[in-house]
Amino acid sequence: MLPWPGPDTAADMQAKTAILAGLARRKGLGGRVATLPLVGPSVLLLLVFSLVPLAMTLWFSFERYNLLNPAIGGFAGLANYRFLLEDSSLYSALLVSVELVLAVLAITVGLGTVLAALFETRFSGRSIARVLMISPFFVMPTVSALIWKNLLMHPVNGLFAWICRSLGLPVIDFFGAIPLTAVVIIVAWQWLPFAFLILLTALQSLDEETLEAASIDGAGPLAVFFHIQIPHMGRAISVVVMMETIFLLSVFAEIYVTTSGGPGVATTNLAFLIYQRALLAFNVGGASAAGVIAIILANIMAAFLLRSVARRLDV
Amino acid sequence: MTRHSKSHRVAGALAWIAALAMFFPIAWMFAASFKTEVEAIATPPLFVFTPTLENYREVFARADYLGFALNSVVISLGATLAALALAIPAAFAMALYPTKRTRGTLLWMLSTKMLPPVGVLVPIYLIARETALLDTRTGLIIMFALSNLPIVVWMLFTFFKETPKDIIEASRIDGASVLQVITVVLLPLVTPGIASTALLSIILCWNEAFWSLNLSAHDAAPLTAFIASFSAPEGLFWAKLSAASTMAIAPILVLGWASQRQLVRGLTFGAVK
Repeated sequence: MLPWPGPDTAADMQAKTAILAGLARRKGLGGRVATLPLVGPSVLLLLVFSLVPLAMTLWFSFERYNLLNPAIGGFAGLANYRFLLEDSSLYSALLVSVELVLAVLAITVGLGTVLAALFETRFSGRSIARVLMISPFFVMPTVSALIWKNLLMHPVNGLFAWICRSLGLPVIDFFGAIPLTAVVIIVAWQWLPFAFLILLTALQSLDEETLEAASIDGAGPLAVFFHIQIPHMGRAISVVVMMETIFLLSVFAEIYVTTSGGPGVATTNLAFLIYQRALLAFNVGGASAAGVIAIILANIMAAFLLRSVARRLDV
Repeated sequence: MTRHSKSHRVAGALAWIAALAMFFPIAWMFAASFKTEVEAIATPPLFVFTPTLENYREVFARADYLGFALNSVVISLGATLAALALAIPAAFAMALYPTKRTRGTLLWMLSTKMLPPVGVLVPIYLIARETALLDTRTGLIIMFALSNLPIVVWMLFTFFKETPKDIIEASRIDGASVLQVITVVLLPLVTPGIASTALLSIILCWNEAFWSLNLSAHDAAPLTAFIASFSAPEGLFWAKLSAASTMAIAPILVLGWASQRQLVRGLTFGAVK
C-alpha cells in the first residue's frame, strides 16, 4: 500500500491513478527534470551571502577605515595585520578562544560519552530523564548565562555561595577569581546535551547481537563500554568535536552578558575582540583583519569536518 | 544475571542523578520566577515559599515585553518559512535528480555554514546599515533564513533521499509536472521530515543571539536581546529575570522535547542518524 496520509482530494486521486498506472508499465526513468531552476535560487543567494561579506572583510582588512573618522581612508597594505600581530591582545584572545574550546570539548565529550552509555541501559523513567538531560540545549544563551551568573554563581546571594558556606568552604567568586572557568562551565552546560544526544543516537545504532554476544562471553559493563561502545562511537565523537569546535570558536552572547570580556581581557575571545574593535571602537580595518584570522582558523576545522561528512554522502 | 541487573540499577541511578543535575538550573530559575524579589536573593535560599504571580504580571505590564515576544515569533517563523521555500525545491532536485555537480553543491553549502559569523560581522553590519535593514524584522529574517539555509537544505535532502523513488518516477512518466510531483506526490510523503526540519530551524532562530544582539536595538529586538538587557547591573531583579526567562524559553523547550529524535540528523548534517 502507498503511504498516503490525509483525505483524498480530486488531485490526489488523479495522482494516485497516475502512479498506479505508471507502476504498471515501468519505463525506467521518469523523464528529465530541469534541476537548475530548483537549486539555483538557494545556490545564488548563499553565494551572494557568503562571498560578498567574505570579500568585503578581506578588502577592509587592507584598508584604513574607521567609522568615526571618515577623513582617514585609503589602502593600508598590511598595516592592519602588522598592528594586530604586534598587539598582545590578539594572542591573549586566541589563547582564550583555544582554552575555551578545549575545556568545553573535554567536558562535553568526556561526560557525554559516559552519560550516553548510562542512558543506553534500560532503567525506569528513562525517556523522562533523557528529556531533562537535553533541556539545557534549548535554553537561549542569554538566559543560561544570566541565570548561572546570578542565581547560581553570585558570590553573595548565589546558591553555590550558600552551599560553600554551609559546608564551611571558602566562597568562590566565580566571575572575579576564575572568570574563564565560569564561562566554560556555562557553555559546557549548554553543549553537553548536544554531545550526549548525538553520542546516544550513535550508540543506539549498535547492534543488539554484538552486545548479547559480549555478555554471553562474560564481558562486564566496563569491558563493553571500553571495548565495544567507545570504538563504535568513534565517528560520532569526531563529528561532535568538529561541530562543537566551529560553534565554540564563535561563543559570544555568554561573554557579552556575563563578563563583557573582563576582568581585564581574561574572557575576551577572538569573537569578542572583533566585536569590540568593530562595533565599540569602530575600527573596521583592524576588526576585519582579526575577522580574516577567525575565518582561517574556522576553515582549518571545517576542512576536517567536510571530509568526514563527504565520506558518508552517497549521491 | 544478578550482577547485570545490579549494574543496570547503578547505571539508572547515576543517569537520573545526572539528568536532575542538568535540569536543576532551569528548575531553580522556574522556582525563582514565583518568588518575591526579596525571597529570590535570600540567603539561605528558600526552597519552600508562597508562590506569587507578581513577577509575570510585572514583566507583562512592561508594555514592550509582548513586542519582544512578537519579534521572536515573527522572525523565527518568517525565517523558517523563507528557508523552507528556498530549500524544498533545491533538496527535492538534489535528492531525486542528482547530477555531477550535486555532491559538490551540497558540500559547498555546508562549508558556507562554517564561516564564523564574527568573521563577517563588519560587512554584514555595514550592509544592513546602508540598506536600512538594521534593527528591522526583515533584516533579521533575511539573516536567519540565509544562515540556516544550509542546515535546512541538508536535513530535507536526507529525508527526501528516503522517499521511494518508484512513486516519483511513475508519476513523472504519467506526465505530472515537477510542481505537481512536489505538491501532490512528494509533500504528503515527506511532511513529517519537513515538520522536523521546520522545528529545528525555529529552535535555532529563536535562540540565535549573535546577530540579534548585533543587528537589533529595540524595534526588532527578539527575546534573546530583551533578556540580555537584564545584565545591566542597575536592572538586576532576579525574580523578574527568572519570570521573563521562563516565558522566553518555555515554548522552545516544548518544541525541543517534541523533536529530539530528529534533531541529531539536522545538527550533524546527516552524518549521524
